[in-house]
Amino acid sequence: LTKEKLDEDTLDDLEDVLIRADLGVEMAERVRSIIAKNRYDRGASADAVRQVLGDEVTKVLDPVAQPFPAMAEKPFVWLVVGVNGTGKTTTIGKLAHRFETQGKKVTLAAADTFRAAAIDQLKIWGERVNAPVVAHDVGSDPAGVAYDGLKRAQETNADVLMIDTAGRLQNKSDLMDELAKIVRVLKKLEPEAPHGVLLVLDATTGQNALNQVELFQQVAGVTGLVVTKLDGTARGGILVAIAERFGLPVHAIGVGEGIDDLESFDAEDFARAIAGFGRENAKAA
Amino acid sequence: MFESLSDRLSGILDKLTRRGALSEADVSEAMREVRRALLEADVALDVVKDFIDRVKQKAVGQEVVKSVAPGQMVIKIVHDELIETLGRDPQPIDLAAAVPVVMMMVGLQGSGKTTTTAKLAKRLQTRERQKVLMASLDTRRPAAQEQLKILGEQTDVATLPIVEGEDPVTITKRAMDAARRGGFDVLLLDTAGRTHIDEELMAETASIEKASNPHETLLVADALTGQDAVNLAQSFDRCVSLTGIVLTRIDGDGRGGAALSMRAVTGKPIKLLGTGEKIDALEDFHPDRIANRILGM
Ligand SMILES: Nc1nc2c(ncn2[C@@H]2O[C@H](COP(=O)(O)OP(=O)(O)OP(=O)(O)O)[C@@H](O)[C@H]2O)c(=O)[nH]1
Ligand SMILES: Nc1nc2c(ncn2[C@@H]2O[C@H](COP(=O)(O)OP(=O)(O)OP(=O)(O)O)[C@@H](O)[C@H]2O)c(=O)[nH]1
Ligand SMILES: [K+]
Ligand SMILES: [Mg+2]
Ligand SMILES: [Mg+2]
Repeated sequence: LTKEKLDEDTLDDLEDVLIRADLGVEMAERVRSIIAKNRYDRGASADAVRQVLGDEVTKVLDPVAQPFPAMAEKPFVWLVVGVNGTGKTTTIGKLAHRFETQGKKVTLAAADTFRAAAIDQLKIWGERVNAPVVAHDVGSDPAGVAYDGLKRAQETNADVLMIDTAGRLQNKSDLMDELAKIVRVLKKLEPEAPHGVLLVLDATTGQNALNQVELFQQVAGVTGLVVTKLDGTARGGILVAIAERFGLPVHAIGVGEGIDDLESFDAEDFARAIAGFGRENAKAA
Repeated sequence: MFESLSDRLSGILDKLTRRGALSEADVSEAMREVRRALLEADVALDVVKDFIDRVKQKAVGQEVVKSVAPGQMVIKIVHDELIETLGRDPQPIDLAAAVPVVMMMVGLQGSGKTTTTAKLAKRLQTRERQKVLMASLDTRRPAAQEQLKILGEQTDVATLPIVEGEDPVTITKRAMDAARRGGFDVLLLDTAGRTHIDEELMAETASIEKASNPHETLLVADALTGQDAVNLAQSFDRCVSLTGIVLTRIDGDGRGGAALSMRAVTGKPIKLLGTGEKIDALEDFHPDRIANRILGM
């Protein structure tokens, strides 16, 4: 039996699976045409077809599955950014915990001076992970907090500084300017800072996540991504389009609200869930 | 980033110069572009499929009048059908119940429940002259109760005093009691965020509903939500009886297709839009605004 191209109906179904997983039409079509070009067995079982799909998505994601950098600089400054409610503050708590268990001394800076109780929230995380929190009054200049945070981290010989920022929609230029200012002010103290800029993305977000990456990268020089709330969805497929277009490393994923609910990003696992091997998408495939 | 649907459809259909009716083939070609535009706007695939079927039926056989570009005609059919699906008539928050009127906010983590609670409280208090009490049932997220308390202070709305160690249902009962005794007209319950596949926490929502018998149960959802909007809305609607949807982060540049998905699968009206982080950034729902946004117009 010679291998033939999968028929149009099967390819349509594959495309549907990808669209349902939030890859977006363009990316779904691209994966479809890759699969159509390769000569897969026409009579392939549903599982075999899904396997092919998983393999193609893995190929896109593999290059971006990268652990956190070694953080040789001291203090290594992380600026954590993203739109409202994606999980920035929680991710900082989880990461601080992880870095501390690696024997690093972590300092936190509460540069979200806007949202009600944002400072209190970070302080509670600071207590949980035993990290000092640099904070100013509500409503004060976030860049000032970041600056003081870095100064304190330098003075106390901290290994890592994590700066929490307020959520902001990427289309709000005044708020994006505020972010650019934080970066500028940090550089006054340490020209290489921030050494890492983490963009926190919510896995339930659809196509807008592409704009988020583009603009946060432009304004704050994003160096890596964390994708949160993957405990709530087997989708998060927009990450495939993001990986293809921006190639930014995905350092970790959030899988819950607890301190340990942070995992490294496994391209194959993620791809398999998208292809319908996960609990959620099984019915869609 | 996206080519507008009008441009795409004009390109395809406006070549038709003949008088007569749109053929099935003309319409099918146009519908592929409509499908694409809706998916790019994050409308859920199954909702798109149903929608396209309905629009197709309406468009086939429509007279192509020389003076009107066929592209524009199809756009109008799509637009009208969108508005029909989104719900033509705005449905405001309903206060017609015995006091205290209880309203509960539910939704995923970080969707905007606490902020929306404060926005709604402020609006009811100033615009409708209601005496409002807010209570946070979020015992899990760090500083969640503190957040609502601060928002209460900022808006001059009363909040239930925080008692450490109480579970959500106990707080609910205390809030009901305080609302009755204090002569409040409205009690707003802000709940903790939860994923819709977390059975234990979904059961907790049902217990809160049982203890408070809300007159309004509002699903607070992010306008930037992708394809999962359908599952999320269905799951919450199965667990509690939703009376409406609040769509937040409308101030973003997302296309807001989740609105159509959630409305289509639950049949529940979209009642309010969150249009910013500030307390007064709350607006009534107008379907044409969302329809235009979904179509990129
Ligand atoms: N299920 C789940 N919830 C999460 C995850 N990460 C964060 N959360 C929850 O999402 C909500 C928002 O998290 P925050 O850390 O406050 O988000 P933020 O980005 O700091 O929010 P703003 O500062 O308001 O922009 C909280 O209820 C968190 O507990 C995750 O990986 N899974
Ligand atoms: N731009 C914008 N931000 C909003 C809107 N509504 C809420 N937010 C922001 O979204 C973030 C999360 O809002 P919260 O009200 O804390 O969300 P929540 O649903 O209570 O979160 P959890 O309790 O953690 O589940 C905060 O940064 C809010 O300021 C809105 O309509 N537009
Ligand atoms: K969200
Ligand atoms: Mg935060
Ligand atoms: Mg809340």
